[in-house]
Amino acid sequence: MLSKSKIFFKGTTAMLPHMLSVVPFGIITGAIGIEFGFDPLLVYATSLIIFGGASQIIFMQLLSGGASTLVAVTSVGVINSRHLLYGAVLSEYLEKLSFTKKLIISYFIVDQGFAESNKYIKKNKKETNLHYHVLGGGITLWIFWQISTICGIILGSFIPDELGLKFAIPLTFLAVVVNELKKKDHVLVMLVSGFVSLILFDAPFRSYIILSPIIALITALLILRFRK
Amino acid sequence: MTWLSIVMSGFVTYLARMTMVALINRKLLGNRIKEVLNYVPAAVFPAIIFPGVFLNDFGSLVEITDPKIYAAGLALVVGFYSRSVIATIVSGLLSYWFIIFFLLR
Repeated sequence: MLSKSKIFFKGTTAMLPHMLSVVPFGIITGAIGIEFGFDPLLVYATSLIIFGGASQIIFMQLLSGGASTLVAVTSVGVINSRHLLYGAVLSEYLEKLSFTKKLIISYFIVDQGFAESNKYIKKNKKETNLHYHVLGGGITLWIFWQISTICGIILGSFIPDELGLKFAIPLTFLAVVVNELKKKDHVLVMLVSGFVSLILFDAPFRSYIILSPIIALITALLILRFRK
Repeated sequence: MTWLSIVMSGFVTYLARMTMVALINRKLLGNRIKEVLNYVPAAVFPAIIFPGVFLNDFGSLVEITDPKIYAAGLALVVGFYSRSVIATIVSGLLSYWFIIFFLLR
C-alpha cells in the first residue's frame, strides 16, 4: 500500500509533461482576455471560477463579439459537459468519500488529470486512497493554470505565434490515448469520435465536443452488444 | 463580460464536474453503462485531437501536406512504442518545428 502523499505525488508528476501545453495555453488565455479589452480581474476570475481552458477563451470571444450572456453561458456548459463523463468514470473510486470531500475533489476534475488518473487507477486497482492521485494531478494543474493565466494577463502573449504551440494540445491528448491503440474496439471508437468531430465541427455552441463522444459511446455500446 | 456571466458559467461547469461524483448513486448505473464507461477516454479525446490536427484556424480541412499531420503521425508511433507521455509530446513538437523551420524554408 502506498501512502497518501506518495499517491498524491504520483498524480503531481504525471501532470508535468502536460505542462508543455497547459502553460502556453494559460498564457494565451490570459493575454487574449486583455486583448479583447476586458478588465484584468474579470479575465483572471474566469480561470478561478470557470477553470476550463478552451471554454474560457470561447466565453470571452463570444462576449467580446457581442453575444448575449445566455449564449456564452450555454456554450461553456456544452463544452464542459464532457466532465460528466469523467465524473461517471471516477465516481467508482470516489464513492466512499464524504459528501464534502466529493464536492471539493469535483472542482479539480480536469481533462489531463482525468486522463492520467484513469490510467493510474486502472493499473493500481488494489490501492486505497486512489482519490489522492486525482487530487495531486488536479491541484498541480490548477496551480500552473492560475500562474500561467496571470502571466498572460500581465505580460501579454510573449510566446511567438510562429512556434504554433496550439499544436501541443492535440499532442497531449494523443499521448494519453496511444496506449489504447492496441485494442481494436477502442481504435474503432476513437476513429468514430475523431471523424464525427470533423463533420460536426461547425455545429452550434461547439457541441461537437460532446456529440462526438456520445456517438462514439453509442458505437461502444453496439460493439459490446454485438460481442455477446 | 460581467461577474454574473462568469459565475453562471462557473456554476454550470462545476455542476458538470460534480453531478456524477456527488449526486448520482452508482447503483443507478446499469452494468452495461459501467462497461461502456471504459471507453470514455477513447470517445472523448479524439474529438479534441482530430480538429487540432486536421482543421486549420478557420475550421476547414488542412491539405494532405500539412506538417501537423506528419508530426502527429510520428508522435503516435513514438507514443505507441515508448508508452511515454513526454516522449509523445516532445517528438511531436520537435518534428513539427523541424518541418516548419527547416524543411519548409
